[in-house]
Parts: sequence; C-alpha cells; structure tokens
Amino acid sequence: MGGVRWLLLKDLQILRRSPLQAVLLVAYPILIAVLVGFAISRGPEDPRVAFLNEVPENTRINVGGAELPKANVREQICERVECVVVDDRDEARAKVESGDVLAALILPYDLVNKINSLSTLAPGVPEVEVLVNEENAVKAELVDDRITSLLAQANLRIARRIGSEGSRYLGLIVNGGEFHLLGQAIPILGLRASARILEAVTPALPKQQRVALEEVTEFASQARDNLNVAKPLIDRLAQPIEVDKVVVGGESPPLEIFAIAVAATLTLAFVVVLLVAGSLALEREENAFSRLTRGLVSSSGLLGEKVLLGVAVGLVVTLLMLLGMAIFVPLEWSRFGLWLLAILFAGAALGAAGAALGAAAREVRAVSLLAFMATLPIAFLSLVPSGAVSPTVFDLIRYVTAIFPFKPALEAITAALDEAGPGIGGPLLHLAILFAAYAAIARVALRRFATV
Amino acid sequence: MVAVIGPNGAGKTTLLSILAGISRPDEGEVESPDGEVGWVPQQAALYRRLTVEENLLLFARLEGHGDPRGSVEEMLELTGLGERRGEIVARLSGGNQQRINIAIGLLSRPAVLLLDEPSVGLDPRQRARLWEFVSGLAGRGTTVIFSTHDIQEAERYGGRVLVLADGESLFDGSAGELREAVRREAPEAADRDFETAFVAYLHHRGH
Repeated sequence: MGGVRWLLLKDLQILRRSPLQAVLLVAYPILIAVLVGFAISRGPEDPRVAFLNEVPENTRINVGGAELPKANVREQICERVECVVVDDRDEARAKVESGDVLAALILPYDLVNKINSLSTLAPGVPEVEVLVNEENAVKAELVDDRITSLLAQANLRIARRIGSEGSRYLGLIVNGGEFHLLGQAIPILGLRASARILEAVTPALPKQQRVALEEVTEFASQARDNLNVAKPLIDRLAQPIEVDKVVVGGESPPLEIFAIAVAATLTLAFVVVLLVAGSLALEREENAFSRLTRGLVSSSGLLGEKVLLGVAVGLVVTLLMLLGMAIFVPLEWSRFGLWLLAILFAGAALGAAGAALGAAAREVRAVSLLAFMATLPIAFLSLVPSGAVSPTVFDLIRYVTAIFPFKPALEAITAALDEAGPGIGGPLLHLAILFAAYAAIARVALRRFATV
Repeated sequence: MVAVIGPNGAGKTTLLSILAGISRPDEGEVESPDGEVGWVPQQAALYRRLTVEENLLLFARLEGHGDPRGSVEEMLELTGLGERRGEIVARLSGGNQQRINIAIGLLSRPAVLLLDEPSVGLDPRQRARLWEFVSGLAGRGTTVIFSTHDIQEAERYGGRVLVLADGESLFDGSAGELREAVRREAPEAADRDFETAFVAYLHHRGH
C-alpha cells in the first residue's frame, strides 16, 4: 500500500509538471460536456420568419353573411416563430436570400376573399405564399417541417373560429336571441320558442288545421333536438382527434438535470479513461514497468494506483463541474451522498476500462487516441433514445453500450441527481460488474505488458 | 566485472532478465548470492518529467529505505550529480540519464548489479565517464555483470567474458583467454583487428 501512495504522488507530480496536458485533460472534456449539455437542454430556437400581410386592414372572414371578429393573424403566427415584419415582397425575398430569415410567409391581398368564397357557388383556393432558401438538405427539411407545422396550426385556429361562430349561429336558431347586423339588433325567435308558441295555439284551432300545425310543431322539436346534436359535432370538426398522453414507463428527470448528468458523465469518462490509460502507458514508455514490478509494487497494486488516480482526479473535476452547473440550475444538495457514490462507482468502472486500454498499447499518444476513439462514439451511442433508430439497430446499440461503463455511469449519475426515473441500485451493480470484468482484462493484459 | 558479449539476438538481454528474475528460464536454475540483485535495463527506466532527486527519492521510498533522503544524498554523491539534483531528467544528457538509471539500480544496495548494454547511445566521452563510474562500483565490492556487443568494451572492462550466440554459450573465460581462443580457431584472421577476428571466430563456430 505504501508503494501505491508513492506512485500516486509521483503521478500527481508528473501531472503538475505538465500544466498544458493537465489543463487539456480537464478543459477539453468540460468543453465537450458543456457543448453537449447545451445542445441537449436547449430546445430548438423559434425560427426567424419574415412576415408580410397584404390583406387589407378591415377585411374580415365572412360566415353566412356575417363577418367574424378580427383574427389577429399576425399575433397568432408570431407566437410560434420569431416574426420579422417586412414591408414588401422584395424585402421578404432579400431577407430569405441573405439567410437572415429561414423563410418568408406572405398573406396575399385576396386571401380573405378566397376564404370567403368557400361558402359560395364559385369557391376559390385560399393560398399563402412561402419563400424559402433551400441551400442545403438539412435546412430544406427544417423549413418544410416548420412551415407545415405553422400552417397546420393556422388552419386549426381558423377552423376553430369558424366552428365557434357556426355553433353560435346554431344556438341562435335553436334557442333564439338577437342577431346583430349593420349595427342593428334583429330578434330571432328560435326553434324552441316557435314550438312553444305553436303548442300554445294549437288547441284553439279546428281539428283539421290542428293536425297540420302539430306536424309543424313536431318538425320544430325534431329540428331543435337534431341541431343540438349537431352543435358539438361542429365543435369537434376543427380538431376531430385529441391527444390523451399516458406515461406508462420511463419516468425521467427534467431535461436540464439530464443535460447536467450527460455533461458530468462525459467529463468523468474522458478524464478517468484518458488519465488511467495514459498514466499506465507512461510506465511502459518510461521503461519503468519492469523495474516497478520487480518486487517494488505488484501488478495489481500498480493497476489499483492508476484507477485510484483516475477516480480521485475525476471526482474533483466532476464535482467542480457540478458546482459550476449549480449556479445555473438548482441541484438537490440533500442527495450529495448519492452524487459521491455514483461518481466513485462510475469512476472505478471507467478507470478499469481505461487500464485495460492502457495495457493494450505501447505509447501514451496511441493510448490517448484509442481512449478518444473508444469513449466518444460510445458516449454518443449511449444517448440514442429508443425509437430514434430501428429496433434491430437499437438492440445492437444497447448491447454495445452495456459493455462499456458510460451508459450505466450516466444512469447512476442521473439517478443520483434526481429521484425521478429508475433507482440508482441497478446502475451501481452494472458498474461493479464492469469494474470486475475490466480489472480482470487489464490484469491479463499487463502480463503481456511485462513480456513484450 | 563479467562481460556478456555476442551479436544481436544472441540472448544477452534474455540471460540478464532471467538473472534479474524478470523472465523465467525454460529450464535450469539460477543460484543467487545473499543480498539483492540490482537490475539496470538497457533503456533508462526512470521518469523524465521528474527531477533527478525526485526520481531517486521515489525509488528509495519504493525500496522501503528507512532514510530515503539519506540514500538519495548517497547516490547523488556517487553519481556526481549533486549539483544537478533539481534538474528535470529529460534535460540531462544520455550519459547522465544512464548514471541515474544505474544509481536507481544501486538503491537496493545489491551484491550483484546487472547492466544491460549500459553504453548504448552514448558518445565516447560519456562512455568513458560511465565506465569509470561502474569500475568504481566494482572496486567497492559490487559484482557487475554487463552485456555489450562491443568486443573492445568487453575486453577492456570484463574480468571475465561470456560469449553467447543464438542462445548458446560459446566461451567463458578471461579476455586474454578469449583472444587465445580466437587466434586458435580463426587463424586466418589472427593478424587482423580483434573485432574482425572475433567475427571470424563466431563464423567458425557456426554463427
């Protein structure tokens, strides 16, 4: 144990003696982690869309001869996108071509007239114009998605407005009331009152007229009942299908907590794997391995020292990072003990994996490259959610990520940071198994290390 | 001082690493004297980013010395590197790095010191200083076994010379006896320089 202590001190001295390497070792993963964290935690920004409304100010949508109230189209559209109001088509085109906006949405001057024509014998086709600059495939896809979504929402709003007005008029026909036209209130009797009046006068009429009037009364009652049924149907027309979301599994923490967990795990993984693999390879590069293991320290002791070094440095860097993140996102300090537990287990498993990598290569540079090549893709694969790829590919990803400690480390740190989601026990057990497996592989690889 | 000499691939390093206990022999036994066997590998086995003193202190601590700093002072005096104790090893010459390499091997206070091609890569002046240092150790009672493929170095410093080729022991005796054996078995090269005659000797012995 004494030998391990002196080797640990030696490795820290070497790290201190290489400030650039130490800074890179810490700064680079933190930079990657922060970038990934930002990318994951920030939803897509509202796209900038140029907006040109050519529809005359007082033009209104007309339903059944009555004008609907002002729809505030601009306000409604601009809730969903960042609107850049332009004065004419040339300005809209220029902004799209320069890339200042993703697209331009133009409501032509005859849009409302064409909407109004839908209820006439010569219906037109209402159209809005969209100018886009599809300079690359990704942008083209994004523009299509955004514009399609925007127009679907606009259509939905208009349909709801028309449906609502239709329902109001239907209510007027069934129940009666006042209809305002050109500033004058016109009383509407309504089917319900009509039937009541007819029922009241019927007994006073001769039998023959009474039979005929009873048919009219019956019709008024049937019309009232059926129109009452039609009213909710009209309401549903605007949005026939609603979403009833039921979460059946996979309870997860808030997105910002998950992003912090990803950033912390990335940092821990890079620091520990690179440090352990690199410092172990350094023993070989400096030709010190044979001298050390010739009675001064055992191979297991040397491995343990490297893992200890990685865990200690990884713990400090990860905690510093979490402290930094806590400035922006409130973290549950009452779970600090679980943070430590998760980082220690994750660090040990990642350290053992780093030791196995370190024992596989001759030089520090080769080992560093190998560590990056192994860690980075595994980290990104671990972030692929189910459903994002085909089931076969996802199964493959699941198996691959299960044999490297990144994913269980992410699960453990996520569970340590927030109580939502599956518990911490499973990931800790997974990490313990991986630690044992990688330590055994590293131990075997060290034998080759000694003989080559 | 025992010189183990032979061409590349003769088995010199293998023999020394077996004597050092790093490799196991396929057959046969190694009888060690009382006390430690010091091992100095061919490539300097030390940490180039640490100072001379930090290297010696680390290995003295790993050796479990009761007074590691005292041992460091002793080795600094022995190697004559006391004034450069604070220098990073990577900035020292190859010769000085090799002296520290040997000093680390001496920290265990060995009865026998194994040196694997200690003069490789050194210029003539560094080589001369190295052998002066090693001869001083032998003069103080340490048995030194060194490997080399330089016949003149073996002849000059080896009180006993062991010739290996392809893992086979061809000769074991003094430098003078080796000259005699070479003259006897390769008479056609007897009047040429010793290195050429030695190569002819190996050829006659089937190597």
